[in-house]
Amino acid sequence: MDKPEFVYVTYIATTPEKLWKALLDGEITRQYWGYRNVSDNWKVGSTWRHERAYDDSGMVALVGKVVEFSPPRRLVLTWGVPADAANESKHSRVTFDIEPLSDTVRLTITHDQLEPGSEMERSIAEGWPKVLSNLKTLLETGHTLPKFEFFKQ
Amino acid sequence: MDADKVFKALADPSRRQLLDWLHGDNGQTLGELCEDLDMTRQAVTKHLALLEDANLVVTIRRGREKLHYLNPVPLHEIHERWIGKYERRRLQALHELKKGLEAKRGEGRQPKEERDGQAGIRVRHVYSHHA
Repeated sequence: MDKPEFVYVTYIATTPEKLWKALLDGEITRQYWGYRNVSDNWKVGSTWRHERAYDDSGMVALVGKVVEFSPPRRLVLTWGVPADAANESKHSRVTFDIEPLSDTVRLTITHDQLEPGSEMERSIAEGWPKVLSNLKTLLETGHTLPKFEFFKQ
Repeated sequence: MDADKVFKALADPSRRQLLDWLHGDNGQTLGELCEDLDMTRQAVTKHLALLEDANLVVTIRRGREKLHYLNPVPLHEIHERWIGKYERRRLQALHELKKGLEAKRGEGRQPKEERDGQAGIRVRHVYSHHA
């Protein structure tokens, strides 16, 4: 069994339901991620996509399938570049685990099945910490950190 | 994030070294980490517990093994707290310049990832945006 490449944890003062919604609602993901997470039907086996939202292009940056859908606790998505849309063996996998604690929620993101040395691996190592701290700020304060200009880099 | 815990965890060279090892090779067992360090297993366990309490290290179970991962999320929150949006790119450019120049001067003494010959290219890339 291969070990995951990355595991990230953040604690957010919110409820599992609000956090779950923030992962799937494209209008909310736009605010902290700069991309819209979109699916015609969020359920196991459906496709989803990650659309650029910091400009008007609507460019699709990532595509994949819903592997597990257990609201509001666990979401598993495959994660690939559009060029590999049909080639699922090249997709990596992202697991979101939501665990309620007394007055906060623990969000664990596990990213595995990444191709070693790939561009995806490099961009992920930089990307998740930014996305997670912005998500935390949005849920706890209602606004995001200085405009998400850094998503363009 | 508990900033006091993060700074306390970082204020020790052995714990920073543990984070360096995980940055180089994420997802290691206690045994693997002990092999690389000149410390007793007991000391490594204690340092890891402190790092985990500060949320700088997270662990997952894989079968009978416990794997340790570097969790840079609290560090990113500290970064966000003091670095403004306008400073970010200039600081990045300066950092790339420093890295590029030092890699050229100290060829062979830099960590592998900085020796890959890309640092110089990145400096030019950064400046092309700022010219």
